[in-house]
Amino acid sequence: MDRFAWTNGLLEMNETLVIQQRGVKLYDGDDKAKLDVGVVLLTTHRLIWRDHKNHECCIALSLSQIIYFEEQAAGIGKSAKIVIHLYPVTANKEPGPYQQSKFPYIKLSFKEHGQIEFFRRLTEEMTQKRWETPVPQTISTATGSQTGKTRAVGIVGIERKIEQKRKETEQNISEAFEDLSQLMVKAKEMVELSRSIANKIKDKHGDITEDETIRFKSYLLSMGIANPVTRETHGSGTNYHMQLAKQLGDMLLAPLELLSPEDLVNACKMFESMQLPLRLRVFDSGVMVVQLQSHSEEEMIASALDNVTDKGSLTSEEFAKLLGLSVLLSKERLLLAEKMGHLCRDDSVEGLRFYPNLF
Amino acid sequence: MSFEWPWQYNFPPFFTLQPNVDTRQKQLAAWCSLALAYCRHHKLYTLDVMESQESPVFNNKKIERKLSTEAIQVVFEELRKKGNLDWLDKNKSRCLVMWRRPEEWGKLIYQWVSKVGMINSVFTLYELSNGDDTEGEEFHGLEEWILLRSFKGVKFF
Repeated sequence: MDRFAWTNGLLEMNETLVIQQRGVKLYDGDDKAKLDVGVVLLTTHRLIWRDHKNHECCIALSLSQIIYFEEQAAGIGKSAKIVIHLYPVTANKEPGPYQQSKFPYIKLSFKEHGQIEFFRRLTEEMTQKRWETPVPQTISTATGSQTGKTRAVGIVGIERKIEQKRKETEQNISEAFEDLSQLMVKAKEMVELSRSIANKIKDKHGDITEDETIRFKSYLLSMGIANPVTRETHGSGTNYHMQLAKQLGDMLLAPLELLSPEDLVNACKMFESMQLPLRLRVFDSGVMVVQLQSHSEEEMIASALDNVTDKGSLTSEEFAKLLGLSVLLSKERLLLAEKMGHLCRDDSVEGLRFYPNLF
Repeated sequence: MSFEWPWQYNFPPFFTLQPNVDTRQKQLAAWCSLALAYCRHHKLYTLDVMESQESPVFNNKKIERKLSTEAIQVVFEELRKKGNLDWLDKNKSRCLVMWRRPEEWGKLIYQWVSKVGMINSVFTLYELSNGDDTEGEEFHGLEEWILLRSFKGVKFF
């Protein structure tokens, strides 16, 4: 118990309270300490104990003084305890309740329980050793500052926090951009391909190979674009390829850089004010889509209901195929129609299927 | 006479607990009616939850759909709230099904008693449920425990 020093109980600049527990009695080794029952507080830096009645009776020791600690189970008539083994007293120790002690350990007796959580948190703090974060330089205050006290001062502390935050943000951004750089590689390939096809058409240099066509289509599919330009709608070969190349070219050749998702969303938000016949729509799930202005909610739901009724029942995949939409989008529509009470679901081992709501 | 299944019984979504609240209410109401009608038809007074899962009520082999245990519990809870079901044990594995609530039975019996001018007479439970006089009445053959319950709230004496 001679490791403890009197304290005013105020937390230091970087010190935070982790957990506190009332109903704790201190033991000097195996002997009950000559203190009453009180509250024990664990911070990132210290172990503080305060008398439950007299708040001025407050003592603390640094976590760095702890060698190790262990649990002592409760017994009959005995509360559960945590035994904390401490390093010897340092020469410049502040005065405390005990001048000396023959025991190198203290005990915390949890008369009102809470030892499990306290033990857990103490373990965390002793593992993380947050008190070891370098302390910013102290500026000596006008009155009563003593050597050895680590009072971190305002401005420097704030600056340090800002620097920390900046480093974290930088880390997050660079991680996020790893994915984008992959995408850029892929996009480059697509741009090359569309350029080559566009040139071939222009120079009338032979046929566009089957392979190139397949690659085209797979790129479009992976981007989730419904492919309205099909052979069927646009007749034979050259015309089809021209349309296809044009569409892809419009999408990719200008602008050549990639657009950040944020920029894209912000641009979409401007549709209405720019009087474009497009709208950005946000579903309950957070999914955002760009759709034609004419697609009012009622129309979408009505059409979903029509399709489902027509076929008896539909899964998201079947609906997607029917309308030429992505599965994600078609599922959102079906769910919306269900939410409005027009459809109901059949969830079985065969999958999720939607029916008209006949209930 | 064979039991007539309601149209919902052959509608696959009937066997999926509906997330839409309004739809679910209608679905549960239909399930409650079906369960009670089935029990009434087969004169079932108790149900075992485990066995029910395989019973044709909750398991339509023709369309290969069955109600999940979770959904069955929801239906039973609904019946309990309406006063048509009572749990026999804490674990909710067996229940009493009252396709007619005790109060309804009480009223029927009282009506019969007053019809035959027997108010102020004394009846044994046995006479009520199995007596010759009551043959043809709906409560004829009613099990004793329901008779007992039906007397609560109906003044007979």
